[in-house]
Amino acid sequence: MKKVLNNPLALIGFIIIAGILLLALIAPLIAPYDPDAIDVKAILLSPTSQHWMGTDGLGRDVFSRMLYGARISLMVGFVAVGIATAIGIVLGAISGFYRGWVDTVIMRIVDVMLSIPTFFLILAVIAFLTPSIWNIMIVIGLTSWMGVTRLVRAEFLSLRSREFVLAAQTLGAKDARLIFTHLLPNSLTPIIVSSILGIASAVLVESGLSFLGLGVQAPQASWGNILTDGKEYIQFAWWLSLFPGLAILITVLGYNLLGDGLRDAYNPRSSQH
Amino acid sequence: MLKYLLKRFFWMIPLLVGISLISFFIMHLAPGDITTSEASFNPKASEESRQKLRELYSLDKPVIVQYGLWLKRMATLDFGTSFASHQRPVFWQTKDKDGTVTLGMIQEALPITLLINVLSLILIIAVALPLGVISALKQNQLADRSITLFVFIGFAIPGFWLALMLMYWTGVQHNWLPISGLESIGHENMPWLSQMIDSLKHLILPVFISALTGLAGISLFVRNGMLEVLHQDYITTARSKGLNENRVVYGHALRNALLPLITIFGLSIPGLIGGSVIAESIFAIPGMGKLFYDAVLMRDFPVIMGILTIGAILTLIGNLLADIAYAWADPRVRRGVMQ
Repeated sequence: MKKVLNNPLALIGFIIIAGILLLALIAPLIAPYDPDAIDVKAILLSPTSQHWMGTDGLGRDVFSRMLYGARISLMVGFVAVGIATAIGIVLGAISGFYRGWVDTVIMRIVDVMLSIPTFFLILAVIAFLTPSIWNIMIVIGLTSWMGVTRLVRAEFLSLRSREFVLAAQTLGAKDARLIFTHLLPNSLTPIIVSSILGIASAVLVESGLSFLGLGVQAPQASWGNILTDGKEYIQFAWWLSLFPGLAILITVLGYNLLGDGLRDAYNPRSSQH
Repeated sequence: MLKYLLKRFFWMIPLLVGISLISFFIMHLAPGDITTSEASFNPKASEESRQKLRELYSLDKPVIVQYGLWLKRMATLDFGTSFASHQRPVFWQTKDKDGTVTLGMIQEALPITLLINVLSLILIIAVALPLGVISALKQNQLADRSITLFVFIGFAIPGFWLALMLMYWTGVQHNWLPISGLESIGHENMPWLSQMIDSLKHLILPVFISALTGLAGISLFVRNGMLEVLHQDYITTARSKGLNENRVVYGHALRNALLPLITIFGLSIPGLIGGSVIAESIFAIPGMGKLFYDAVLMRDFPVIMGILTIGAILTLIGNLLADIAYAWADPRVRRGVMQ
C-alpha cells in the first residue's frame, strides 16, 4: 500500500476513486433536489447557482442525477467485476492446478468466448432478456471473466513448481490447503490489478449500453442515459452532454491510473521502463 | 508451413462448435422460450410471428433436434428471414420464382463495416506506430509524457461521448463535416471525384471513433515493445559493430518489436466489430453494428442470431489471418519452435 501511495499516478487515481465513492455514498445527503422530481417550470435551464449543472428536458436537476448516477456506475462496476473475478479465480485455479484435460477444456471455452465480439454477445443476451440494472451487471460479469481465468491459470502454473509449494506438498498439504494458503494469496496482486482495470471497462460498457437505451432504464439515472437526453438536446443544452461524459472519463481514468500504478509498484520489471 | 496452416485451420472446428453452443444457449435464455410475450417487446410480435419463430428454430421439437437444426443453419449460413424488414433474407440474397433478387441484410451491411474497420486499422498503424516509437526513444521526456497522457485519455474517454462532442463541434457548430449517413443528398448525381470526397468526409468521424481505443492501445504496446527490444543483447551487438542509430532502431529493433503486433491486431478484431455498434448507431451508418442495434431494439431474432454468428466467424478468420501472417513473418513459428 505504501508503495502504491508513493507512485504519484496511482495516488491521483486513488484520490479520484475515493472521491467519487464518497460522493456516491452521501448522495442523498448532498443532492440538492430529488433526482427524479420533474419540474415543468425549470426545463433545460443552463447551469446557475441553483442548478449547478443545469436541468434536463423534464426539468430534473442534473447535478442530483449525476450523484445518483455515480451510484449506478460504481455498483455496476463492482458487481460485474465481482462476478467475473469469482468465475475467473475458480476456473483459472482449477485449470492451473489440475492441468490435464480439465485445463484443456476450460482453455477452449475461454477461446470460444473470446472469439465472439463481446459487445455483440452482451447486446444479444439483453435482447432476449429485459434490460435492467441487474441483468446488465450479470451479463457484463458473465462475458468478461476470460482474462482473469487466463491470468490466475498462468500464476498457478508458475507458482506450482516453486520450491515453497513443492515443500508444502511434500509435507503432505492437501490440494485445498495448497490452493487457498499458498497459491491464491501469492496470486492476489495481479488479480486485484486486473479487477481494478476490469471495473474501468465495465463502467464504459454500462454507460455505452445505457446511452443506447439498452442499459439502466429511465427514470433511474445513470451517466449513460443522461447522455442519451444530452444527444436529443445537444443544440440547446451542452451541459446535458458535457458533465456525464466528463464524469465517465474521470472515473475510468481514475481506475486505470490506480490499476497501472498498482501493477508498477509490485512489478519491478515494468517500472524500469 | 503447409502443415502448420492445416493444423491451424482444423483448430477452428472445435471453436465453431463452441460458438454454436453458446449462441444456441443464448437463444434459449429468455424466460419460457423466445416466443413468450415477456421476451417480445416488439408490438409486431403477434401470435403469427411467434408461430414463425417457433417454426424457424423448430421450438416444438426436442432440444437435441433443435440444436442439430441450428448447427445446420450455421453451416449453411442460412439464418432465415427478418421479422421486421419485410421478410428480407438475413444473410445472403435470395431469388424468388419471378427471378426478383432480394439482397440479404448482412450482405449489404458487412462491406460497410469492413471498410470502416480496415480504414481504422490503417489509421491506427499510421498514427500509433510513430507515436509508440517516439515515446520509446524519448523515454521519460516531454514527448513521451504527452503521448502517455494521450494514451490514458484515449483509454478512458467514452467513444460515444467523444462522437457526440465531435458531431456537435464539427457538424452542428461549424458545418465542416456531415454528421450522419454515408452519402449526402444528391450523391448519385455528383461526378466521381466529388462522390469520393463526399464519402470520405462522411467516414472521417466514424473511422476516428472506431480507431480511438486501438490508437491508445497500440501506441502503448509499440512503446513497451520497443523499450523491451532496445535492451536486448542483439541491439547492443548491432550498436557495437558500428551500425548507425537509424539502422539499429528501424532495421533491428522496430522489426522485432512489431512482430507481436500482428497477434494484437488479430486479437483486436472482435473489439473493432463489436465497437461498430456504437459508432454506427450514432452516425447512422448502415453497417453491421447499426443493423444489430436495430435488430435488438425490434427483437428481430433471426437477424440477431445471424450477426452474432457472422461476427464470431469474422473474428476466427481475422485470428487465422493474423496467425498466418505471424508464421510468414517469423520463421521460428512456422518451424514449430514457438508453439
